[in-house]
Amino acid sequence: MNIMQGFGSRVYFIALIGVMVVLWGRTVTAQTGNSCVDCHAGLTIERLRTPAASFTEDIHYQKEFSCQDCHGGDPSTGHDAERAHDRAKGFRGAPRPSEIPALCADCHSDVELMKRFNPKLRVDQMLEYRSSHHGKALAEGDEHVATCTSCHGIHGIRPIGDARSPVYRTNVSTTCGECHGKDAHMRPYEIPTDQEQQYRSSVHGVKLLDEGDLAAPTCNNCHGNHGATPPGLSSISQVCGECHANNRDFFNASPHKAAFAELGLADCIICHGHHDIQFSTDAMLGVSEDALCITCHAEGDNGYIAAATMASALDTLKLTLAEAHTKIQRAQRGGVKVAGGRFDLHDADAALIKARTAVHHFNVEKFRAIIDEGLASARIVIDQGDRALNDLRMRRVGLAFTIPLILLVAVLLTLKIRQIERSRIHR
Amino acid sequence: MNANVSKQGVWNWLDERLGLHVVSDLLAHKRVPVHRHTVWYYLGGMTLFCFLIQVGTGILLLLYYRPTAEAAFESVEFIMTEVPFGWLVRSIHSWAANLMIFFAFVHLFSVFLLRAYRRPRELTWISGALLLFLSLAFGFSGYLLPWNQLAYFATKVGTDILGEIPLVGDWLLQIARGGDNVTGATLTRFFGVHVAVLPMLATFFLIVHLVLVQKHGMSVPISQKRKDCPQMPFVPSFALRDLVGWTLALGLLVTLASVFPWELGVKADPLAPAPAGIRPEWFFMFMFQTLKYIPGKVFFIDGELLGILIFAVGGAAMVLVPFLDRKARHEQRNLLFTVIGWGVIVYIVAFTILGYLS
Repeated sequence: MNIMQGFGSRVYFIALIGVMVVLWGRTVTAQTGNSCVDCHAGLTIERLRTPAASFTEDIHYQKEFSCQDCHGGDPSTGHDAERAHDRAKGFRGAPRPSEIPALCADCHSDVELMKRFNPKLRVDQMLEYRSSHHGKALAEGDEHVATCTSCHGIHGIRPIGDARSPVYRTNVSTTCGECHGKDAHMRPYEIPTDQEQQYRSSVHGVKLLDEGDLAAPTCNNCHGNHGATPPGLSSISQVCGECHANNRDFFNASPHKAAFAELGLADCIICHGHHDIQFSTDAMLGVSEDALCITCHAEGDNGYIAAATMASALDTLKLTLAEAHTKIQRAQRGGVKVAGGRFDLHDADAALIKARTAVHHFNVEKFRAIIDEGLASARIVIDQGDRALNDLRMRRVGLAFTIPLILLVAVLLTLKIRQIERSRIHR
Repeated sequence: MNANVSKQGVWNWLDERLGLHVVSDLLAHKRVPVHRHTVWYYLGGMTLFCFLIQVGTGILLLLYYRPTAEAAFESVEFIMTEVPFGWLVRSIHSWAANLMIFFAFVHLFSVFLLRAYRRPRELTWISGALLLFLSLAFGFSGYLLPWNQLAYFATKVGTDILGEIPLVGDWLLQIARGGDNVTGATLTRFFGVHVAVLPMLATFFLIVHLVLVQKHGMSVPISQKRKDCPQMPFVPSFALRDLVGWTLALGLLVTLASVFPWELGVKADPLAPAPAGIRPEWFFMFMFQTLKYIPGKVFFIDGELLGILIFAVGGAAMVLVPFLDRKARHEQRNLLFTVIGWGVIVYIVAFTILGYLS
């Protein structure tokens, strides 16, 4: 009995130790293991408490970087604030804006260090930043310009692929607008503040922000990111050409290139605009009221005649394509499948897209060659559509002959039945 | 005169060797009862006509169809666009398949409600019920053959149900698909089943069914039984009436095929997301819709499994109807079976409509 009691008390003791270990473990895991965060999280001053709360979401925290890596100090002192903030131990507090790029670059420009965490991450951000308008102004002592934390955030920095990051593609225009949309902030630099608004209504903004097309450009695609700067007059077609390569190549080889340069006009944006760039329409070409060509070309000059000729050729292709589409649709609605029609129609439609790009040749001969290619494709489809519609007519005609014939057979059979049954009754 | 002599001579020559007089005597003496429900007798012939159309058009389609995932869709497209009257043959094949199943259902329910399965026609009923199942199998296997997007995903969903069967589900799924997913292997085996296995079984049961119909003659409903029930000779009166029906059915098929040619859709892409509104062919719709209404779990049984079990029991009960309807065996009316028959018809029609509306 005693033995059993002794055994029971030992079991209780071991269980008690186990419970204590578990509870102690829980207490430990409730802490972050970072005394800076643990202390700051309990502070009442918001300015000092918020960084502790948001830092646990920070990519640097997740990669096991800690507060002292940027701020210095000694987090190993437990809750002794004085020792933790000892300047003798390298504590430097919040860095000034002018110190931030260099502070970030300490790690981000270190090739060997960055390889350990993200080998594909670039390490030339600081170099680019120094070449940017922001970097140059900062170097001149202007602390109002953007530094790393202005765009990436301070204590809650997330990877750029995280949709919650301020530099995620769909957030970039808002992030830039934080400064560039503020009149008070931009007044000293004499920069307009409506770019973000214009971008949002542009074809690029609508694609990216409204339709979620991540291939559409945002601010940094044209201006650069760390090396943000407005593209110079001579480089505009190169910037646009990053995406619109054919348009760039055709334009650069066109007579407009030299003429624009001579007049000091920026390439693409003269016709298309920049932040508020709209979806290009065929009405932009030609000599009608809405056409852009007549902005420079007057009636009778070579450019005016070329514009009229090209607009007319484009209209011809569009009308021919519309006819091809109508015929194929009519045949398909009638249930006739058109052999290869869909593929040929794609070719013809592609020719229209090519022709719209070929406008940038600003050369009637080159443009007409593309139009002729499209017309040839469209005519093939029209022929197929005609054959299909003819087939449909033949089916209807065939049906119109067949059904009376079938009904006639049914009637004759019915008459035969009556005749047989009548003769049987007579017998 | 000479022609008649030579015709008689050929007949005699064949009769001596084949015993044709047995068939001609049977046909000459075969009578069909005439009463207010006689019209339902023509539905079996109409189903047979659609089956014959299927055999004829199916053979023509076989000349061009290629049963591989790479070529099936293109070969059907080729049939519809390049082969002379290929569009007509393919459309008639598709429409006749649907009409055949429709007539088979109507034939089955008319036979059920008229109690034509009464002794000694139990085996005629069973062979007919099996022919209906075979028709459904023809429909299911044929649906995949053009290898278009809708058929691909409908087959995926349809074969998934097989996998729900306890114990043998996974094995059946593998057998049906020829692998874990619907692939070219599935298409090839569906083709084999559609053009070899099912026609062989259907021909066998069709012969059994027709021989039994000839042996026992047409059943007279209990309500129409009387000694002086008028009759008409099978040849020529009934046969010619059948022929009128077949001629009109042919007209209907040609019209449907010309005015509403069967769609081909777009080629199946296993990597594409399932298109919206996937649904089975109309003849499986009532089952599909029923499965949607059954909760995920009913007590401890999986809802889908319960649905499959109910349909399996229902199918088995249908086959065994002649043995379950004890009153019919004694030539007595059975109100319960009439109510059940109409209940099933209303259920099938209502759930099919609901399936298309939802």
